[in-house]
Amino acid sequence: MSRKLLIKGGIVVCPAQNIEEKLDILVEGERIIGLKKDIRDKEAKTLDVKGKLVTPGWIDMHCHLREPGREDIGTIESGSKSAAAGGYTSIACMPNTDPVVDNQMGIEYILSRAKAVGFIHLLPIGALTKGLNGEELTEISTLVEAGAVALSDDENSIMDSYLMRRALEYMTMFDIPIIAHCEDRNLSEEGCVNEGLVSTMMGFRGIPSIAEEIMVSRDIILTEFTQSRLHMAHVSTKASVELIRKAKAEGVRVTSEVTPHHFTLTDTDILESNYNTHFKVSPPLRSKEDQHAVIEGLKDGTIDTIATDHNPWLDMEKDVEFIHAPFGIISIETALPLIFTRLITPKHLTLMEAIAKVTCNPAGILNLSKGTLSKGSVADITVIDPHMELSITQDFFHSISKNSPFIGQTMKGFAVYTLVEGEIVFDRHENTFYKRH
Amino acid sequence: MIDRPIQSPEILMNNTDIERVLLRMSHEILEQKDHLNDLAFVGIKTRGEYLAHRFVSLVKGMGVRADFGTLDITLYRDDFDTLGDLTVGETDLLFDVAGKRIILVDDVLHSGRTIRAALDQIIDFGRPAKIELACLVDRGGRELPITANYVGQTYQISSDEYIQVRLSEVDGEDQVIGFSKDHRGAKGHKYFSHSRKDLNN
Amino acid sequence: MNQVQFKQKHLLGLAELSKEEIELILSTAVPMKQIFTRSVKKVPVLRGKTVVNLFYEPSTRTRTSFEIAAKRLSADVINVTPSTSSISKGESLVDTAKTLEAMNSDIIVVRHKASGAPHFLARRASSPIINGGDGFHEHPSQALLDLFTIKEKKGDIKDLKIAIVGDILHSRVSRSDIIGIHKLGGEVRVVGPPTLIPKDIEKLGCSVYHRLEDALEGIDVIYCLRIQTERQTHKLFPSVTEYTRLYAINEARLKLAKKDAIVMHPGPMNRGIELSADVAYSDRSTITEQVTNGIAIRMAIFFLLLGGGRSVQEITD
Repeated sequence: MSRKLLIKGGIVVCPAQNIEEKLDILVEGERIIGLKKDIRDKEAKTLDVKGKLVTPGWIDMHCHLREPGREDIGTIESGSKSAAAGGYTSIACMPNTDPVVDNQMGIEYILSRAKAVGFIHLLPIGALTKGLNGEELTEISTLVEAGAVALSDDENSIMDSYLMRRALEYMTMFDIPIIAHCEDRNLSEEGCVNEGLVSTMMGFRGIPSIAEEIMVSRDIILTEFTQSRLHMAHVSTKASVELIRKAKAEGVRVTSEVTPHHFTLTDTDILESNYNTHFKVSPPLRSKEDQHAVIEGLKDGTIDTIATDHNPWLDMEKDVEFIHAPFGIISIETALPLIFTRLITPKHLTLMEAIAKVTCNPAGILNLSKGTLSKGSVADITVIDPHMELSITQDFFHSISKNSPFIGQTMKGFAVYTLVEGEIVFDRHENTFYKRH
Repeated sequence: MIDRPIQSPEILMNNTDIERVLLRMSHEILEQKDHLNDLAFVGIKTRGEYLAHRFVSLVKGMGVRADFGTLDITLYRDDFDTLGDLTVGETDLLFDVAGKRIILVDDVLHSGRTIRAALDQIIDFGRPAKIELACLVDRGGRELPITANYVGQTYQISSDEYIQVRLSEVDGEDQVIGFSKDHRGAKGHKYFSHSRKDLNN
Repeated sequence: MNQVQFKQKHLLGLAELSKEEIELILSTAVPMKQIFTRSVKKVPVLRGKTVVNLFYEPSTRTRTSFEIAAKRLSADVINVTPSTSSISKGESLVDTAKTLEAMNSDIIVVRHKASGAPHFLARRASSPIINGGDGFHEHPSQALLDLFTIKEKKGDIKDLKIAIVGDILHSRVSRSDIIGIHKLGGEVRVVGPPTLIPKDIEKLGCSVYHRLEDALEGIDVIYCLRIQTERQTHKLFPSVTEYTRLYAINEARLKLAKKDAIVMHPGPMNRGIELSADVAYSDRSTITEQVTNGIAIRMAIFFLLLGGGRSVQEITD
């Protein structure tokens, strides 16, 4: 007989089933076999989660691990640990590694490493063009068969409209989406912060909001024309949100995400940070108005999901002049408290709405049978203490790299247990990770 | 000359004393007959400036025309690292110092360091025929081999005693006041509204 | 007695300075300038101090000015000009900072093409950092000498109308000047083609003009910026000829400003491009005085940064 686990006394929040009430969950082996009030089972070990929130395992559809190629910055193991500590049970990792994940072997490597590491599920994203060169499509069918959940060239935004058209068209015969990092790289030039008063005051070339909006616009037109579907990564501007809202209303199959830092920070924070390169991220932190617009987009469903764009860099690489520093923030371990304190507490989103953005919504976009606590589903579960407070220091992070703009702050709301396939992989009280059997 | 502990605060000279002493010093200066046509009084800021100005008037009354100048010695001090007051005053030596007989004027002569700085500064302006020193008060305590040619009054006081010269141009009255060591720490005492430069004399 | 204390450890930009601190620097430069007229143009105040000029961008003018200023205060000067090949990557700046630290320099003047590089050094170095110009961000010593020159010519900056003409987008001088002039109560008009005006600059309190003739009415000071011909690669304006046609200050245009308006330029000037030769060499131009004043201002900066540290209280006790 396989082992049983009774998760008892918590408030279950499962947007996929529209449930938000005090329920117990019974897990047998890797699946959920019971979800109701006051379950008793003498054979089961009990996990007391009284006063905690129990949600489906969180899904991040956009992060960067550095393996293969830059294991000094981040490995599949360190990335998996960061994710598990952040409450994530499945993460989709971008293909811009070295070598680029643009073939079957790359996908298989990631899946096998994830299995060997044994904490959470890795969902590999394959490259859309060979070597991310923006010229020649990868062999898409083999990537799909190997297990790619999406295709993307990420920050190497596809500038060639012809290629983008053909890619979208071709993808209609597969079930997985293209994820587009929308940026007209001619317009963003050598910019490193949002174009506006802050770029003017700091003396930087700005990245104008139109660099994003023109590509969002183009990609909506192409998606509609090709009757395809497209997911837009890290939307950051007001006009982008408006364009996507309008497209969705007209039935164009576009979905979108926003990062925790874009709904939390603005370009003014960079000015106040006195050239702290941990605030340098792509797309850049935008204005207050843009920040407000992405929160509105989350509220009305224009923005479907919150993705971290977790992007580790070593101190050595970030510890340089602002213009030379690479773009990126490690965000997977601070996403949960930011969602709670920046979206749920101020009532921008209900608890149910917020949890949907990190569970069933990304599962839907990636066509995964995840993101639910329904009976029979895989027991990927996140247990959250919404009242726990921790100070964010270098030591707080399980990531090898520590490039977070939030170091020095105190945050509230953390995952206390992360369960994958019915087994606890992270226990915050013990601050310990457990390999799955 | 007094050579005893100061009864603090003790008025050592009043306005008539100062007036008398300055007149006597003017006579002494003019008794040295050399370079009387090239005489210049250069006051060290702040109070030396007013004393120099008074000398110019006094010798004028005796029929001798003298040039007038002021020195701010901040940029010549030897204690820059511990300098707290960062105000650099203006130095006004609008006449050519070359060939002049310069009477350097200060209120209190103490360590001699201010005079050293002032000498360096004057020499950077050119080559005077000679430089002499006139001080209203010599309180002893020299740290450099410097002595005044013309002295108003000498006090042999201990290093923890303190002498302040007050002049009507800045202080509203003419007085020389002595303080004992007990008064030195009296913060907020009206006599201690002095600047760093006064203390360095 | 003036009791303003200069509390800044570094001089990174005019944004960090209060009005009173700016005024203290300007008033300290007055006695510094007097030293230039003496037979010995040197005072001993910084004897034994070492000034490092760390110039990652070529600049004979600013570097020489800092060097003369330091030498007139009797400091020793070391000029470090790292080779361009070693500076494309950022790590060399950290390394250089550490090296200079180990050499016990007393003050470092840094010129760098990356905005914020002096701030980066200031976070790591124990000695004071003077920003000698960073990217398109700030050039505080230039702005201070400009303010000093304006004050010398016009008495007070309050309520003066100052037009800054040219490539505002790439000009660190303009940013520092705008901040400084505003802090001292003056009014700034920025003038140039829309492509050379940075976004949202009006939010700094400037008014923006594209037609030079409109901008010059009632102006007390015309400040011409240098046009960098290499900016052509960014397609920001059609040609230097066209720029000159629209924005060069010549006799005819100068007549549109106030009768006693002065013309300034940070140098080096492209004669006949930003300014016609007759204006550049007229008595309305302050270009050579700016150079002289630059030395006095930089002496004041060295003096104030190196002299601070202890309070008056501490010394009198």
